Amino acid sequence: MSELTVAVWRGDSAGGLEHFRVPRRQNQTVLDVVTQIQRDKDPTLSYRYACRVGMCGSCAMTVNGVARWTCRTHVDKVADGDHLEIRPLENLTIIKDLVCDMSTFFEKMKKARGVFKGGTGRHDPFATIKPDSPARISVDEAIECIGCGVCYASCDVVKWNADYLGPAALNRAWTLMQDSRDVGGGERLAAVAGDAGCHACHTHMSCTERCPKHLSPTASIAGLKRATTKAALKGEL
Amino acid sequence: MSPRNVALLWAAQRLSAVVLAVFVVVHLATMIYAVQGGLSAEEILGRTQGNIGWLLFYTGFVVAAAIHAPIGLRNIAMEHLGWRGRSLEIAMLLVALLLLVLGLRAAWGVFA
Repeated sequence: MSELTVAVWRGDSAGGLEHFRVPRRQNQTVLDVVTQIQRDKDPTLSYRYACRVGMCGSCAMTVNGVARWTCRTHVDKVADGDHLEIRPLENLTIIKDLVCDMSTFFEKMKKARGVFKGGTGRHDPFATIKPDSPARISVDEAIECIGCGVCYASCDVVKWNADYLGPAALNRAWTLMQDSRDVGGGERLAAVAGDAGCHACHTHMSCTERCPKHLSPTASIAGLKRATTKAALKGEL
Repeated sequence: MSPRNVALLWAAQRLSAVVLAVFVVVHLATMIYAVQGGLSAEEILGRTQGNIGWLLFYTGFVVAAAIHAPIGLRNIAMEHLGWRGRSLEIAMLLVALLLLVLGLRAAWGVFA
């Protein structure tokens, strides 16, 4: 059986790479490799995962220089020969080894008013949203975000401007702007406009290129740019 | 800068880009056509002097460039120099005025 040589980030931001050798197997995922290292080589290795089937968004790491969801990433697709280099996500503070502090990422979801704000109560009739309505169709993909942080870690603008809300938060805001039940649109547009919001996006499309769910935060951000421009011209921003 | 003003700047930069795309194509096409018989100051001035059409064309070009460039420079200064705040806005306003004055002076220079 052939072997993989795996360089794994250890420690915090001042840490470094540690090298391991693990057996190479068929249909092996990067998460399998990390798990094998922790179980057989070094139980102190820290990393996150939960569902293992691409739903929870907790296992994202930088694999050979690219942010990926490791549970659905086959070693065969990303290994450089027999070599893997696994680091924590970029643009986030490293807590230890492959674990990042995701609090900034989720705080920015809040800053972008990524929380649904309803205008009706339990005694009101159910809202009707037609599945074939343009607003609903426009967010068919965007609502599938699992919050893995791959887009945030891949974004050049986040790297250059620490205040930038980032692709995931803006994508979330866009889904709510298209939700006819939501009544927080005005304050949300004010929250996502400006130098730290959608106008900072340069449309590099790294988020769209890297999103493991094949979503397009770039398209969502473009929607916010259109909506904020309309609101600004009407004096509503 | 307020979110509203940033949104308006963003729209102004996109709109000026659309206008500039047309101006640049006409400008380059004219240059390529005009140099066929050799490039000389007399030939250029012969085309532009007293021609109100070219004066309006280059005035529009200059105004669009004076709007477009400082907005982009502002973004670059914020992202790569960490420059923020009122001093940046004033500096970019001065860049816009400089482009406008120099550009209009040049447009007038080849007209008058």
